[in-house]
Formats: sequence, C-alpha cells, structure tokens
Amino acid sequence: MTIELRSVSRWYGNVVAVNDVTMSIGPGVTGLLGPNGAGKSTIMHMIAGFLPPSRGELTITSGPTSSGPASSGSTWRNPALYRQIGLVPERDSVYAFLTGDQFVTSTAKLHQLPEPGAAAARAIAMLDMADAANRKIATYSKGMRQRIKVAAALVHDPEVLLLDEPFNGMDPRQRLHMMDLLDKLGSGGRTILFSSHILEEVERLSGTIQVVVAGRLAASGDFRAIRRLMTSRPHVFTVRSSDDRLLGSTLIGRPAVTAVELTGTGLQVRTSDYGAFCRDIAVLARDQNVRLREVLPTDESLESVFAYLVAN
Amino acid sequence: MSGLFNPTIAWITMRSTLGRKRAFLFAIPALILILFTVALKVSRPPSRPWPSHVLGTFGFSVLLPLTALIIGTSVLGAEIDDGSIIHLLATPVRRSSVVVTKFLVATVLTMVFAAIPELVAALIAGGGSSPPAGTGGGPGTFVVISGSKLALGLFVGALACSVIYNAVFVMVSVATTRAIAVGLLYVLIWEALLSNFVSGARLLSVSHYGLGIANGFAHDPSLDAGLAVPTSVIMGAVVTVAALALAVNLLSSYTLKGEPA
Repeated sequence: MTIELRSVSRWYGNVVAVNDVTMSIGPGVTGLLGPNGAGKSTIMHMIAGFLPPSRGELTITSGPTSSGPASSGSTWRNPALYRQIGLVPERDSVYAFLTGDQFVTSTAKLHQLPEPGAAAARAIAMLDMADAANRKIATYSKGMRQRIKVAAALVHDPEVLLLDEPFNGMDPRQRLHMMDLLDKLGSGGRTILFSSHILEEVERLSGTIQVVVAGRLAASGDFRAIRRLMTSRPHVFTVRSSDDRLLGSTLIGRPAVTAVELTGTGLQVRTSDYGAFCRDIAVLARDQNVRLREVLPTDESLESVFAYLVAN
Repeated sequence: MSGLFNPTIAWITMRSTLGRKRAFLFAIPALILILFTVALKVSRPPSRPWPSHVLGTFGFSVLLPLTALIIGTSVLGAEIDDGSIIHLLATPVRRSSVVVTKFLVATVLTMVFAAIPELVAALIAGGGSSPPAGTGGGPGTFVVISGSKLALGLFVGALACSVIYNAVFVMVSVATTRAIAVGLLYVLIWEALLSNFVSGARLLSVSHYGLGIANGFAHDPSLDAGLAVPTSVIMGAVVTVAALALAVNLLSSYTLKGEPA
C-alpha cells in the first residue's frame, strides 16, 4: 500500500519534465504541490500508469483485499493493478450521456464486483450524490461531476486513491465534504495522493506534502517541519502579553530575534531560530514577570512554505 | 473472441456512438446508395452491367468504407479525443477486451448501416448483365446475372468489408488523433483510386477482398474482382487480426501527457 518512486525521470524530447525524483508515499493523505509546469501532473500520470518513466523505477505495493490478491509492480501496462487503485483524473471528461448511477454502476461492473448496484449506491451515498444519481451527468455542475468521478473511483473500495486537482469546481460546502471524506479514508489506512493548487485546503487536509519545483522534488514530509527547517528565512510570530513593550525590549536583546514590532494588538517578532525562540520567550516572560496570552506563528501557512521553495 | 467481449463496454459504446450528433451521418451513405440505385433502375437500360459496378466497385470502395470510417473512428477515437476513455482504462479490464468489444460494436453498426442497405439496393437493382470473360463486352454478348445471387454475393462481401474496414479504422483511431483525415485519405486515394487502377494494389485492398468474396457467390465478371475467394478470405483475416493486435498494443501504451517543466 505504498507508492515508491526511485530516481524517476521523465523527459519529452529535450525537455525534462521530471528530474531524478525519489519519494515514498505511504498510508494517509499526501498532497502533491507545485506551480504550473513543475511536473506534478507528469508524476501523477506516471503513478497512475498512464505514462512510463524515461528512467528510474516506480512501483505500487499493496496487500490483499476482498477484490484481489496482494500485488506489487509498476502500473504501466499493468491493468490488473487497478483493482486496488482508484483514479480521479483532472480532465473534466465523463460519459455525459449516462446518469450518475449508470456511470458508477458501469464502473463497478468493469471492476467485476459481485454486487455492482449495491457498490455503486454505497459510493454515491458516500459522496452525498444520491439525490442527483438518476440525472444525466450532462446536467451536473462541475463540482457534481467531480464528485461523481470520485464515487466511480471509490466504487471498488481501492487501497490507493489518486486525485488530480479534486477540488476544482466545488463550492465551499462540497469542498468541506470532500476534505472530510478524504481525511476519513486516509485515517482508515488508505493511501491518498492528491494534487491541488488551493494551498489553504492542502494545508487543512494534509500534513504531508511532496513539493515539486522545476521537475525536481523540492521538499518532502510534514509541511510544518519543512517550514521550521528553513532557518535562513525568519519565522514570524504574533505575541500578546500583559506588557508587550517590556517583553519586546527584552526579546530584541536575544541573538535569535532579528526584529520586534509593536503593533496595535501586541508584538510581531521575527526570529531566525524557531526552536530557540520558543524556549527563550517562555523563560524571558517568567523572568520579567510578564504573562503570555498568545504566541502564534503567523507564517506557517503552506503558502509561505511553497512561495519560499519556489523562490529559492 | 467471446471471452474478449465485455457487455458493459458494448453498452456504453452503443449509447455513446448513437447518442452523438454525428450518428445521423451513418445513414447518409446508405441513403445515397439506395437513391442512386432507384434512379439507375428507373433510367438505365437493363442490358448494362450497372448493378455490379455501382453496388460492387463504388459501394465497396467508397460508400461502405465511408460508413465504416465514421463508425469505426467514433467507437474508440471519440473517447480518446475527449479523454473519457480514461474511465475505461483505469479499470482492470484487459485492453484487448476494450478493443475487441468496440470493434464488434462498430462492425455490427456498419453491417446495419451499410451491409443491409447494400442488400436492399441489390434487391432493388435486380440482376445485372455482364459480358462473359474474354469477349471484351461487345454488343449482343451479355450474360444475365441472377438478381438473388448478385444480392447474396454483395451482401456477404459487404459483411466481410464491414469486419475488415472496422478493424483498420479502430486501429487508426488509436494510432492518431486525426483518424478521420487519415481514413479519408486512405479511402479516397488507396481504395477508390489506386486499388482500382493498379492491379498490384488489389492484394492490399479491403474493397477487393469484399469483391473477391462477393464474386464467389455471384460469379459476375462485371464485379471486376481481382482476387480469388481464398486469397480474399485469408488476406482479410490477416489484415483484421493484424490491425486489432496493433490497436491493442497501442491502447496498452495509451498516455496522458503532463505539462513539461
């Protein structure tokens, strides 16, 4: 139930789309991030079995399930592996002439499930699409088409779920529902890999990220840990206390603190050492008899992680 | 073959193909053939061998391949063009099953929209008359051809052509996104032109496989069948199997293009 890329490269003629990427994606929810043209779609397509690596090795290893035995191998020219993989492609092309129920049921039949109707009903209910299941997909909004694609990808209860830009076209309520669903599936032990350019949602949904920039893997792991490792760029904290002016004058004397600004609601502190600052502020506040009301890192968002990686 | 047939894919393909706007085009060649036949039946003297020429040469090398082209490139090529094929390919269904099922659906539709109209047109036309082989077609030397034999021969030949043409066009639709243009060039240049004027090209001409098979029933020299029945059957089978095998191989390597860095 693990996706492994070892020194994977992919090029088109003289253009290198993915360059020597090694990553391991295990159970849970993982976000695949990168600016347009970074190569994340190429990586998704290779993992999904719709593009062979030019060099390197890509394997998916999964255990036995009710729908098939344990399997391991590359997805390229290996359709049997789709018994344990669900794919939600980015391209908004579905069989618009079918109803949602017909589409998901036919997918269940293609997976040779013993009770395709029941499996389809379960997947449709999971995506909260039961009310629209008997309407033609041509009448669906873009968000509904996304959800019916996810239902079709989940109908055979796959161990690995690959989603390319799954939140495209969804309204806020649908996004929250989808995020909850993916979170549950990830918590249940499935390996979920999704790409998205909506960083706020990635941040809310996934603690683990794979950041691809210019075809290379720029960062991998927990995004908060990645941010803390970037010591060359100051971290920004918002601090509120019982005596902001006294605490600010004390903090500016510490080597890890590079700037202190007194704002209307408290202090904004810049530090080059995340860990040292967190230790120091507690000790300094106690020594100065200042009560700390709030210490909040303000630039831990994925947006800042991503912008920093792209810029560098 | 039956193990390769997937009823779910067939059902989706049938809905997809007949539901598209271009579906009405399927009947146009057949309509032209029947109207043309009626017009000739009314206006032409019965002593000329026009049924064999119109329904055989013209029917097999222009009208029937055009119908097969429209249908054969619709069943798989349209899904490849709009990307919906990925929903079939992201399942454990064998690629050979996808290709063979779509080929069978296209063949049945072509038989309905081309082979049966060919039979209807042949029955309307009735028997033709042909100069016996070696006479050069001089006046007063015509031999009457049985209408039912000619109709049967043309129908069987059209059925064979439906099979072979669709194997070729399904393969072309997987090989290129410009399947209609490539297929049209093939029909007009190779089948309609070269194979009828260059005798050596007949060995690689689907229409001449059909004419050879049709002539096995009709025994009509005006069909201008350049190939014997065994040659036509063997070459037709070889082309069909080779085209389908190539289509399976190409579909197994179907790729989604990512954006380069």
